[in-house]
Amino acid sequence: MKNYETVIGLEVHLQLNTKTKIFCGCANTFGQNANTLTCPICLGLPGTLPVFNKEVLKNGIRVGLALNCKINSFVKFDRKNYYYPDLPKAYQISQYDFPIAKDGYLPVQIDGQLKNIGITRAHMEEDAGKLIHDSEIKASLVDYNRTGTPLVEIVSEPDIRSPQEAYDYLTSLKLLMQYLDVSDCDMEKGSLRCDANISLRKEGAKEFGTKAEVKNLNSFKAVKSALEFEVGRQKKLLDSGERVVQETRLWDEAKQITLSMRSKEEAHDYRYFPEPDLVPFTVDQKVIDAARKALPEFPLAKSGRFIKEYGLSEYDADVLIQDKNLSQFFEDCIVNYNEPKKICNWISGALKQELNAKKINFPEAKLSVDHFISLIQKVDDGTVSNLAGKDVLKIMLDTHKDPNAIISNKGLAQVSDEGALENIIAEVVSENPQIVEQIKLGKESAIGFLVGQSMRKTQGKANPKIINQMLKRRILDV
Amino acid sequence: MITKKDVQYIAHLSRIHLAENEAESLTKNLEGILTYIEKLKKLDVADVKPTSHVLPLENVFREDVVRESLSQNDVMNMAVEKNKGSFKVPQVIE
Repeated sequence: MKNYETVIGLEVHLQLNTKTKIFCGCANTFGQNANTLTCPICLGLPGTLPVFNKEVLKNGIRVGLALNCKINSFVKFDRKNYYYPDLPKAYQISQYDFPIAKDGYLPVQIDGQLKNIGITRAHMEEDAGKLIHDSEIKASLVDYNRTGTPLVEIVSEPDIRSPQEAYDYLTSLKLLMQYLDVSDCDMEKGSLRCDANISLRKEGAKEFGTKAEVKNLNSFKAVKSALEFEVGRQKKLLDSGERVVQETRLWDEAKQITLSMRSKEEAHDYRYFPEPDLVPFTVDQKVIDAARKALPEFPLAKSGRFIKEYGLSEYDADVLIQDKNLSQFFEDCIVNYNEPKKICNWISGALKQELNAKKINFPEAKLSVDHFISLIQKVDDGTVSNLAGKDVLKIMLDTHKDPNAIISNKGLAQVSDEGALENIIAEVVSENPQIVEQIKLGKESAIGFLVGQSMRKTQGKANPKIINQMLKRRILDV
Repeated sequence: MITKKDVQYIAHLSRIHLAENEAESLTKNLEGILTYIEKLKKLDVADVKPTSHVLPLENVFREDVVRESLSQNDVMNMAVEKNKGSFKVPQVIE
């Protein structure tokens, strides 16, 4: 039985969220009617010339810097030639030998430890159109709206050692790119796509084994599952003395297996040459320095600061930083109500639950700092119970009303007034003589049942602590 | 040395159909072109700055401002075959 080491490298395509496409002024928008966002340039009509979008270069530089890369001061584009109906010019304008960024790394939390995954390069290119295969009419349909969408392709070094590490790398990369605000990184919309290269080698070996390239990975989970499948498949081949063939394999999500692509689609001979329709670009060191200065605080740094500044646990800080907007909201709240742990719990608990239930992102919830803090304070001072507070939050997200108004409108304030509760206590005691007897005989835990009954009679508005005290006083005379 | 096989391979990559006699004459043509490149390679270019473009220009940008796109109708008028606002092409995947 031989042991193998898994070697994985990932290629991630990120659609940039610029207003327009990379080489023309068509809007860069997802989900429009087919072929309504095209022009002679992105359709590749004869006689047209592409002109480079300044914002794409800016974001390319920012991605490179965020990944600790060297930024090339000389930038040019090249033609990658291949025939496919999604590519109207029959070539893709990409970058070959002078990518915008190279030689970087991304720190990734793996099993509680930081590991730097090398970044070989990041380059800018244009996206292709979208092909829909219609088996009914036995034809393929082409929508060129996506053609010319700006992409940054991020190529990792073969530094990843397991499918789980691949998953962790992707999660970190996505979060970092969200903090940079260069892409919405939504795999469902295709604004983040990933191909994986995987090979096995005998433990301790220096040479890489033969790799397979896996495509058609539609979620991070699919990446992990496909890589796990490949580890098994390649191991079986190597154990039985067979060879792994270098090829492209497609992940079949339904069957949870990878399948070899037909070899004729594999002729990887792109015949790159410098793009004659675009002049080269030089990136001034001053531009790079300014871009570096303007970078936001990154997730890892933020998490460290939350632990240090606010005394949060590593776990709490990590949960908060998973959403850039929520972590910002957290800090905005602290300014006005200096209870980091409480605010963190409300955000990570009730608020996140409500957002998930409503299937919305935080910005869509339009929750104000003042309202949120005011709610937490009402719970803290005992005006409403924790449970009622969660209901108030739910109503706040629906109506955007002030929590105080909701509490008084819905009569959610806790009843702590003993006079008002006296009758209810008397009722509960007379309705449950057996329980009362048990309590008198020393089974004090049974009092919880009576508290529950009393709470029910007040529709949850009673302060359970007060109820508990009153019951004890009445039954046990303490 | 360019062989007929090379020419046929390049023709396939470019989706060009070549008749037998065309492949032969193109093999000779390409061989001639490559011989010329060999000549260029012998030139002393030590003092020539490397270039990737013939124009003495750089940094030609556009601002990230939306311009109107063509209408679906205009685009579909260019299609040889169409279906539901899309270009219809031979099926590429079964």
